[in-house]
Amino acid sequence: MSGLRILVPVKRVIDYAVKPRVNKAQTAVETQGVKHSMNPFDELSIEEAVRLRERKHPVEDILAFSAGPAKSQDILRTAMAMGADRALHVVEEKTDLEPLGVAKLLKQVVEQEKRNLVILGKQSIDDDAAQTGQMLAGLLGWSQATQASKVELEGEMVTVTKEVDGGVETVRAKLPMVITTDLRLNEPRYASLPNIMKAKKKPLEKKTLADYGGELGKRLKTLKVMEPPARQGGGKVEDVDGLIGKLKELGAL
Amino acid sequence: MASAPLRMEVIRIYRELLYLGREYPLGYDYFRPRLHKAFMAKASLQDEEQIRKGIEQAEYVKKEVEALYYLKKYRTLRKAYA
Repeated sequence: MSGLRILVPVKRVIDYAVKPRVNKAQTAVETQGVKHSMNPFDELSIEEAVRLRERKHPVEDILAFSAGPAKSQDILRTAMAMGADRALHVVEEKTDLEPLGVAKLLKQVVEQEKRNLVILGKQSIDDDAAQTGQMLAGLLGWSQATQASKVELEGEMVTVTKEVDGGVETVRAKLPMVITTDLRLNEPRYASLPNIMKAKKKPLEKKTLADYGGELGKRLKTLKVMEPPARQGGGKVEDVDGLIGKLKELGAL
Repeated sequence: MASAPLRMEVIRIYRELLYLGREYPLGYDYFRPRLHKAFMAKASLQDEEQIRKGIEQAEYVKKEVEALYYLKKYRTLRKAYA
């Protein structure tokens, strides 16, 4: 069979360890001067692509993709340090792309770059939309396996173990297909300093939205962003009677 | 003087550890002086065997720190999503 040509889309998001702050106008989360890194679920997809190669599957090429501001390049470098062969960056500074827009973009990339496997993170930790993979599969008319916790390949057949509520579900499909990753799929390697250095020599292609027919207008408008209410502190009771009194007061008894 | 190739080795692992330290949970300012101290404590080693052992230990620490980062991330995400 022909080799696997894998596409791994990645997203630059606010680092998982940072506590997001809502801006004054309550329209978005502050991103200025906040540490960013690769969406953790995307790290899993890169790792899985690289492991497919390490397991001696015929991986021809791993292409990392990102759409977003110029700084997304750092994320693509990280992806290449982890093992992607090359990267494609669609530079878009102004608008935040929506899942449907990204899916449409990815469809074109898949067609132009003749991909036969797309591995995406199941969701990004900033928008938590969990839509891009599914919509891409729909647009392409490909099979999809979401929330993968295990991926096995045999010739053209892919068996994916999916994490579902309270158990797992195993599905099988023929390539080409779209897979989205769940937390327990693998343990992503650390992008070490020497590998980051080596990644600087790998090819990174830059394009703009105009190269893909431009208009991916926004369909959603964010009305309001709010912080979760602060937790209210507990109170101490003196004795058992106090406790019962309190419980009655709260209608629990 | 340590032989040149080993000297390069030591500097390489020191650099890699410094790079790792930038994300240390307690901060780079906590990590860096401690790393420096650990290397300085062994700066006087002359015996090649001993130096190799030191490098091995540094490699071990590197793996441990990487594992620490992975676990921290995994646990945070598991709490948020699973």
